[in-house]
Amino acid sequence: MKFNKLTTSVASLSLAVAIVVPAFTASVANAAVSNAATATSAKAMGGLKGLEVACKKEGQLNIIADPHDWANYGEIISGFKAKYKVKIDEANPNGSSQDEINAANQLRGTKRAPDVFDIGQAVAYANLNMFAAYKVLAWDSIPAALKQASGYLTKDYGGFMSIGYDASLGTITSLDDLLKPAFAGKVALNGDPTTAQAGMNGVIMASIVNGGSLGDISKGVEWFKKLKDVGNFINVDPTPATIASGQTPVVFDWDYLQSAQAAKLATKGITWKIFIPSGAVVGAFYNQAVNINAPHPACARLWMENMFSPVGQNAFLKGGARPVLADAMAKAGTINKALFAALPVVKGTPQIASVEQTKAANDYLKANWAAAVGTR
Amino acid sequence: MKMKDRSLLVNVWRRIVLAVVSLYLLLPLIAMLDFSTKVGRHMRGLYAWRAIVHQPDLISAILTSLELAIIVVGLVLFVVVPTVVWVHLRLPRLRRPLELICLLPLAIPGIVLVVGVADIYRWISIHITESPLTLAAVYAMLVLPYTYRSLSAALNAVDVHTLAEASRTLGASTYRMLFGVVVPTIRSGVMSGAVISIALVLGEFTISSLLNYKTMQVQIVLLGQSDASIAVAVSLASLIFVFLLLVIIPTTTSRAIEVLDTDE
Amino acid sequence: MNQTVQESETGSALRGAGLRYLRGKTAYFGVIPFTILIFLFLLWPTYSVVVGAFKNSEGALTLSIIKSALADPAHISAFKHTLQVSAVTAIIGAVMGALFAWAIATSKQDGFIRRITLSASGVLAQFGGVMLTFAFLATFGFNGLITTVFAKSFPHSFLARPDWLYGIVGLCVVYSFFQIPLMFLVFLPTIDNLRPEWREASNSLGGSTLEYWRRVGIPVLTPSFLGAALLLFANSFSAYATAASLISQGSIITPLEISSALSSETGAVNPALAKVLSLAMIMVVVIVMTLYSLLRRRVSKWER
Repeated sequence: MKFNKLTTSVASLSLAVAIVVPAFTASVANAAVSNAATATSAKAMGGLKGLEVACKKEGQLNIIADPHDWANYGEIISGFKAKYKVKIDEANPNGSSQDEINAANQLRGTKRAPDVFDIGQAVAYANLNMFAAYKVLAWDSIPAALKQASGYLTKDYGGFMSIGYDASLGTITSLDDLLKPAFAGKVALNGDPTTAQAGMNGVIMASIVNGGSLGDISKGVEWFKKLKDVGNFINVDPTPATIASGQTPVVFDWDYLQSAQAAKLATKGITWKIFIPSGAVVGAFYNQAVNINAPHPACARLWMENMFSPVGQNAFLKGGARPVLADAMAKAGTINKALFAALPVVKGTPQIASVEQTKAANDYLKANWAAAVGTR
Repeated sequence: MKMKDRSLLVNVWRRIVLAVVSLYLLLPLIAMLDFSTKVGRHMRGLYAWRAIVHQPDLISAILTSLELAIIVVGLVLFVVVPTVVWVHLRLPRLRRPLELICLLPLAIPGIVLVVGVADIYRWISIHITESPLTLAAVYAMLVLPYTYRSLSAALNAVDVHTLAEASRTLGASTYRMLFGVVVPTIRSGVMSGAVISIALVLGEFTISSLLNYKTMQVQIVLLGQSDASIAVAVSLASLIFVFLLLVIIPTTTSRAIEVLDTDE
Repeated sequence: MNQTVQESETGSALRGAGLRYLRGKTAYFGVIPFTILIFLFLLWPTYSVVVGAFKNSEGALTLSIIKSALADPAHISAFKHTLQVSAVTAIIGAVMGALFAWAIATSKQDGFIRRITLSASGVLAQFGGVMLTFAFLATFGFNGLITTVFAKSFPHSFLARPDWLYGIVGLCVVYSFFQIPLMFLVFLPTIDNLRPEWREASNSLGGSTLEYWRRVGIPVLTPSFLGAALLLFANSFSAYATAASLISQGSIITPLEISSALSSETGAVNPALAKVLSLAMIMVVVIVMTLYSLLRRRVSKWER
């Protein structure tokens, strides 16, 4: 079949238009999305208002491993939903830091991938290439030690490692009390130390009590091996269900989580006490980060802004955690003074592991933990 | 030993065995009922059962699993059954390869199949759809051994060739012959295959959890971390549901035994 | 002239063969949808697992990943545990299930008990591992039925302190729960096929009960019994869901190791670890299932 010149030119022109126009409009639309995906601060998105508009268009935020009773995340989540009218998909509430990275890898490119992470230091610094650089509006008020220079990670709240226990088991005055027969099959650690920051810091605390240090976690692993050998340590993840049922009546976990449990159990008539060994005040902060491949980049960044606003920081405070912006907010008068005063007083100098120390501890644990506590 | 004494001893022994094993099988079910009706430390109540309807994540996961079960049954009815019948009738040379392929899932543990299928599902998630209903394809593979066995047992029991020839002689189209004549004849095999598929899909955890899809079992495990009573209540409910399903379809039971015999 | 005639004849003969070839093969079109399905979701994944175990991160074929997996004691001990649990539960399931099958087989055919037991076994044998975990937690776990009873009456027994449930011992107990009904379902037809004529023949020839069993019963039942035990072994070996929902810390059996290798990127060192472990599992299951089908072939003689 032969076409004359006019037909050919009309056909090729319409074909060209048909191809170029959708590509152009798609690239404009994508530009809006990629705009958010590469924004390193709210200014690039037109300030907080611009972020809000972009987030509403996206309509959803995917978070992971944020239990409602963890540092009052429940209030932060519902507050965000109510204020910005977007859906929040919550995945794997009891997951560890490593679980968050795993999910991001497995779901990469899909719409179900997590948008933001709340992640422990060891896992965070081992996976820096998974995060997008983003500096929140309050960036300058955050102490230099609590943020990663390029904006990949920003610490938002912290607390101290403690031992929470059912008071009906007696009173614990020293770490070695846990080796007594009264605690047979009752002691649990929140998370496998090789994947969870809480677990790792529990072992660090045990190490310091037994003569180790932030740089030497071996004494802690030895102590837990002892605990396992006498039959007191159980390889079970403490969850709200196991604590409520009484399966894990002694838990190594953050002090803010223990106080949340204490409040919940008090309504059931159970007294939950908290013990921090003297001379071993081990603290750590959690890091907020934006997924570099976030399916909802604008909402991810809006969530970050929310975390570091007085609303978010005071919510953490209500949950018993220590917000990183405490000093700046006190100066600006935006901190909730009553809640701040209600934080338990900590005796002794807090010890916080550095990035190198957590990496060394992680390596040691990966090589020795499983054999020590019989998960091998 | 006198005949009477021997048979008495045998009877007593048989009763003991029956009692012990029945207790063993019933005890966990009774315990589940007990556990799910406990409220607090000392009281009884149906709080856990009533709370099931207030768990939106759980409800949507249950619906997802039910939809998956329906789709898998559809795949079995409209892809597997016609293929098995067709091969049985027209392509006898493919019978052996088909049998081997249908038995392959028995040699590949679910956890291993996930390792192989993970990349395909990632591609599907990104390029086609995120919906968990795409799991139906790999589930159809899992039920292959059981449906194939049901179908081939039924096909061997009936002289399908004669039936097919007769219907063709009477002028039936191929479609009519397949779905109007042969399939109704092997109805019992098809039904048992379908019911086993439903049970398998509802109980499947390995593949859906490792591919990050939220099906019923995945949600039950998640629920078990926050409130074990509700999780146990849902488990018991689904166990009873599948049991009723298997009881109401009476031909299933005898077929179920043949299904597991791989000695053809 | 002859040549051209020959060529044209050959030409048309070939063409005829070509069309005829296709015509005869249209029946094969009917299996295309099925073939696509199994290729994408069964054959290709199996192939990629088996071959992937030999590929390093650049895609080159190498044995290094397999060697490094064998060198790690964690994988060896997990594999050992998996074999142990499978063997123990296969034996327990086989013996108890056979006894149960014998008890039911000697009761009424199509009786109420028989039908209910068959249905119940069908459910318990084929239904998911998560249900099983919760059933056991409700029985032997914390606040479980048995635990609370024993805590009151025998507070120092192991049943009052349920931490054994979360390890190898617990896995053995829980797995046995679905092995017994499975054995029952697989072995019942064999017992049903023990013809009463054989018993009568043995009696009339003067044989006692013991001799009947020793010379007739057991030899007839053994191949089927062994085959069923092998099936139970493969079943327990492949199980994942129960262990995953029961054990929250640590990977003590190979399926758990595979899931943790699959979900975490262990980096360039062992990119194909999950595939290597999977290959090991496939090999064991294939060997066991082959032995099983060989045994079943022997059995068929008696059951026809």
